[in-house]
Amino acid sequence: MSTTLFLVQILNGVQLGVLLFLIAAGLTLVFGVMDFINLAHGVQYMLGAYLAVAFYGYVDNFLLALILALLASLVFGLLLEFFVFRHLYDRDHLDQVIATFGIILFLNHGVRMVWGAAPLSLPVPEFFTGSVVLMSGLLYPVWRLAIIGSGLAIAVGLYVLVTFTRIGMLVRAGATNARMVSALGVNIKRLFMIVFGFGTMLAGFAGIMIAPIISVEPGMGDNILILAFVVIVIGGIGSIRGAFVAALLVGLVDTLGRSFSVDILRLMMGPSPARMAGPAIASMLIYVLMALVLYARPTGLFPARGR
Amino acid sequence: MLERAPSDAVLRLEGLRKNFGSLAVTDDVTLDVRPGEIHAIIGPNGAGKTTLINQISGVLSPDGGRIVFAGSDVTALSADARALRGLARSFQITSILPGFSVLENVALAVQAREGSSFRFFGRAAAETALNAPAMSALEQAGIAERAHVRAGELSHGEKRALELAIALAMKPTLLLLDEPMAGIGREETESQVELLLRLKGQFTMVLVEHDMGAVFALADRISVLIRGRLLMTGSPDTVRTDPQVIAAYLGEVVG
Amino acid sequence: MSATTLAASKAVAPPRSGIILPALIFIVFALLPVVAALTTRQYLVDVGCRMMVFAVAAIALDLLVGYAGLISFGHAAFIGLGAYAVGILSAHGVGEGLIALPIAIAVSMLFAWLTGIVCLRTSGAYFIMITLAFGQMAYFIATSLAPYGGDNGLTIAARSTIAGWPLLKNDRAFYYFTLLCLLAAYLFCRALVGSRFGRVLRGGKENAVRMAAIGFNVQRFRLVAYVIAGGLGGLSGFLLANLTEFVAPAYMSWQQSGELIVMVILGGVGTLDGALLGSATYLLAEEWLSGFTENWKVIFGPILVLVVLFARGGLIGLGSWLRRRVFHA
Repeated sequence: MSTTLFLVQILNGVQLGVLLFLIAAGLTLVFGVMDFINLAHGVQYMLGAYLAVAFYGYVDNFLLALILALLASLVFGLLLEFFVFRHLYDRDHLDQVIATFGIILFLNHGVRMVWGAAPLSLPVPEFFTGSVVLMSGLLYPVWRLAIIGSGLAIAVGLYVLVTFTRIGMLVRAGATNARMVSALGVNIKRLFMIVFGFGTMLAGFAGIMIAPIISVEPGMGDNILILAFVVIVIGGIGSIRGAFVAALLVGLVDTLGRSFSVDILRLMMGPSPARMAGPAIASMLIYVLMALVLYARPTGLFPARGR
Repeated sequence: MLERAPSDAVLRLEGLRKNFGSLAVTDDVTLDVRPGEIHAIIGPNGAGKTTLINQISGVLSPDGGRIVFAGSDVTALSADARALRGLARSFQITSILPGFSVLENVALAVQAREGSSFRFFGRAAAETALNAPAMSALEQAGIAERAHVRAGELSHGEKRALELAIALAMKPTLLLLDEPMAGIGREETESQVELLLRLKGQFTMVLVEHDMGAVFALADRISVLIRGRLLMTGSPDTVRTDPQVIAAYLGEVVG
Repeated sequence: MSATTLAASKAVAPPRSGIILPALIFIVFALLPVVAALTTRQYLVDVGCRMMVFAVAAIALDLLVGYAGLISFGHAAFIGLGAYAVGILSAHGVGEGLIALPIAIAVSMLFAWLTGIVCLRTSGAYFIMITLAFGQMAYFIATSLAPYGGDNGLTIAARSTIAGWPLLKNDRAFYYFTLLCLLAAYLFCRALVGSRFGRVLRGGKENAVRMAAIGFNVQRFRLVAYVIAGGLGGLSGFLLANLTEFVAPAYMSWQQSGELIVMVILGGVGTLDGALLGSATYLLAEEWLSGFTENWKVIFGPILVLVVLFARGGLIGLGSWLRRRVFHA
């Protein structure tokens, strides 16, 4: 196990963490403010990727494709909000789960109908291709650094927005006690729309940014959605700070776990059982982490609502 | 009847503290409740009365201090464990099982006492062993004729009576009543007061109330809570005429 | 804002529901192989058997969702664990049903107990997400079991024997075995929901605070219910593995968990009969619609949304509504 490999995997873990944060942030806000379980958030991420591929096909310019895809993502999200989700805010969680599950089915198979089941790809924008030397012997893809960079920038931006602006204050208040905020005369419908739209854009952005390095295919949002759920459960529903900390934690644990589980196990048992047990244990790690956190703190590390 | 010597308190709060953020909602409260008495807790809105009840019944855990019930420290016990030890309560905002019948609401309370709820067979709703004590509790509370009505369809006053019936079915040592007269009219208040007077002596009661008429009719002793602090505990006459209490809460002397 | 417990309007009064509907359903199931033989449509036996296998799991899930108020989004894990118990034992030469079935149920119950301890410390949305996560965990463990097929799954040599006899080899015999299991599961759950235990569960769903104030540790009861549901899921898994003679991680995917919830909702949550109807209807729809297009879920998705928005009581609810209309029009 070389230091270089270790550092590369740390960076990969951070990159995954940043990606998870982008998705989890929208999810936790929607949850915290509107008490709305949105299973369809994952397909929002997938849609962002597909739209980026589609627009790139027309404009042949990544930045333009990104902007168009973001806008289209936003529009689509707002349409969903208007036609479906709005009617579910007052319903119980079971109804929300079923309805958003239905949306997942619709979109997963919808994109398959429109774009086919074969994985699509998007080229990395020219400026960001290749790898850069971070230190001697350590080469790291520029695009992944771009993902990390943009994700961190957004995290900072979100923090500033939520802490220092009026809208941010309303969002924080809403996450703590939405009924009260409404009773104070704030246009709660508009607040919900803004929160939802924002979350949608974040998820779409994540999808667009990841598109150049993974295959864009139907169902790509499903697994990451569940990871995002793990993140917000660990971080605490309604908390952006929690989502950030938990996302990095999950990203690092998962990545490092997968890379080094076999090696670590080999220290304790023979190479053959290690090779068998390693992947199984690696896949369990973040769930065990989640279980441990929840056992100690059933509402996560930084819950927005008071105890 | 209770066999304890009069000096053994049924409930003792020692230095109880609870903070919400930096606000001390319960500020070093020490009081004891004597066996068989009706002990009222009064105070202006926001004094922390319901928070205090919630800590006694186990819904909230205090940040400091002790709660001693029937001689044992129950501070760390869950609400259900305390209920099984004989601590019953009614809720300020009626809390019943609206989808169940009135009888079943009470029968469940009987079932809890009985133990052996891990029975997977046999129709619980038809069990005489549970229904009979439930019916007598309903009779005591005055709503036996509504036994088979869906609890959600009761009037507000009837729901309050149901809460009382549920508490009675628990055969409690201590009954916590959180604003039992809230939201009911003059007549119903009078019959509630009569009922509670009839029940007096069967068990000890702690009564949180705003209705001063009811308080003075019922209470043996009154504790006054102002902004989380216990101002004083005393007989109704003492409290009624105390200048601090009048200034902080009662205003003009209430007859 | 949405309530974190299911709305009181869905509250279940002591389930004195009729006997006609379930009797009818079971009679239809019992006669299906006869109809299949007469119309020489053998595949009906296979489809019907599949319906019954999933009905076992759906009943267990309705117990959790409809009666205990626990929205478990990881129910498929129990099916998968039961199935893999059969598969793994078979891979090691143990094909005896009298060994495999208890193990299948025990493994699922153990998983339910261990994960339930964690899950039930939370409530509402946290619970949904955690069950989802644990289901996913089981799925990933299965995919990483290379010696047992990993992603691709594992073929089972033959159906389980009963005391050494290959009684389940014949499709019709297996069908009636499954029917028996379903009947037993149904009757057990029916008794359960009306029992003392069931009453505590239902009360906990309506008003957990009140139940605690009476003296019930609702969490303990819920854990027992969760373990029972897990065991029934294991039974379903045993049956599924034997039906298809194949086990795969897909049996415990979260999509499968979602489909199970859909079955319960479609039929009518909190009725038990609804679970029977819902699983049959869903699988029928799947058979029929997938004949038209591979992407039938594009239509089914929006249908689900519409059901949620406008027909919350599912098929049973629809039936009551129609009955009211017809008799009071």
